[in-house]
Amino acid sequence: MTTTHYVVLSAVLFSLGVIGVLIRRNAIVVFMCVEMMLNASNLAFVAFSVQHGNLDGQTIAFFVMVVAAAEVVVGLAIIMMIYRTRRSASVDEPSLLKY
Amino acid sequence: MISAAPVAAPSMGADILFWVCAVFAVLGAIGMITFRKAVHSALSVAFTMVNLAVLYVAMSAPFLGMVQVIVYTGAVMMLFVFVMMIVGVDASDSLVETIRGQRWAALVLAVAFCALLIGAIVNGQQGAESVGLDAANSVDGGNVQGIAHLIFTRYIVAFEVTSALLITAALGAMMLTHRERHSPKVGQEIRSRLRFSSGVHPGNLPAAGSYSRHNAVDTPALLPDGTPVAESVPGSLMARGSERAVNITNEQETRIISEGDSVISDDQGFEQLRGGENE
Repeated sequence: MTTTHYVVLSAVLFSLGVIGVLIRRNAIVVFMCVEMMLNASNLAFVAFSVQHGNLDGQTIAFFVMVVAAAEVVVGLAIIMMIYRTRRSASVDEPSLLKY
Repeated sequence: MISAAPVAAPSMGADILFWVCAVFAVLGAIGMITFRKAVHSALSVAFTMVNLAVLYVAMSAPFLGMVQVIVYTGAVMMLFVFVMMIVGVDASDSLVETIRGQRWAALVLAVAFCALLIGAIVNGQQGAESVGLDAANSVDGGNVQGIAHLIFTRYIVAFEVTSALLITAALGAMMLTHRERHSPKVGQEIRSRLRFSSGVHPGNLPAAGSYSRHNAVDTPALLPDGTPVAESVPGSLMARGSERAVNITNEQETRIISEGDSVISDDQGFEQLRGGENE
């Protein structure tokens, strides 16, 4: 398979993540869609690493995974806090800043 | 249109593997968007990630494949499901659109974005040569050794900053989810004190019918000195006045029943039991 196949797959997965972030209301599902976008970028990194024949791309993908793990921890903690105070995990609910 | 430079060793098996895993990954991503329940979405995301891990291994990146399985499907999705269980599994999305036509606009925008990306990729990849990772993997003796070499030489600063990031994230999560206690914790000792100092009988009362001639539920239990325990008869029976008197003999009871009267007599033990509330 060529690099193009892998990168096109990555673009498709990224776009599906974008759709999810835009249309889903549950904060946890939105967060999972962000994770999907990070995964898609990782796939592109690895594919280009194979194309160029060096391991830098894989190292960057590794760092992306580490940052994603840290991000998930803090993000889920924030979702928990919002759920505790507002009894809802919907992204439409926290609209206090509007008023 | 698609450049013919092979990524790994060009073989039929690699092609089949790619197409199977790619289709499964895209199906999982579509499931993530379309499943109404959050747990189903999480399962399909985990499925997509496993398929991506297979693709990594197929692209001669075994270390990332393993990390993908362990970190993403193992830790991250586990954490998601964990939080989902706390926040409420049955919390499904509302079908009401807050902004009119937002879904269709999002769909159109994302499809256009995808087309743009694919066009740019295909255009940019024309005539590109793929080197393959076999040479790079064999320099340090393997994929893991090669990545380790890079992390601890060229990317050492990023690696150190990552450790600070992880510590900060752990501290931040603890700070965010920590709740300050407003009242002292009620422990076993305090609960014990409250239970015995209130003066209420702390143990179980004898059940109705214990130590009596009858074991029916309307027969009060007898204390060791022979007095009936009013609390052992259900409250509704007491209110209706249909508890059984315990001090009458079998013959008396048989006579009362045969005469068509109620089993309840104005016996002395019975009066004692009722607490004289009819007077």
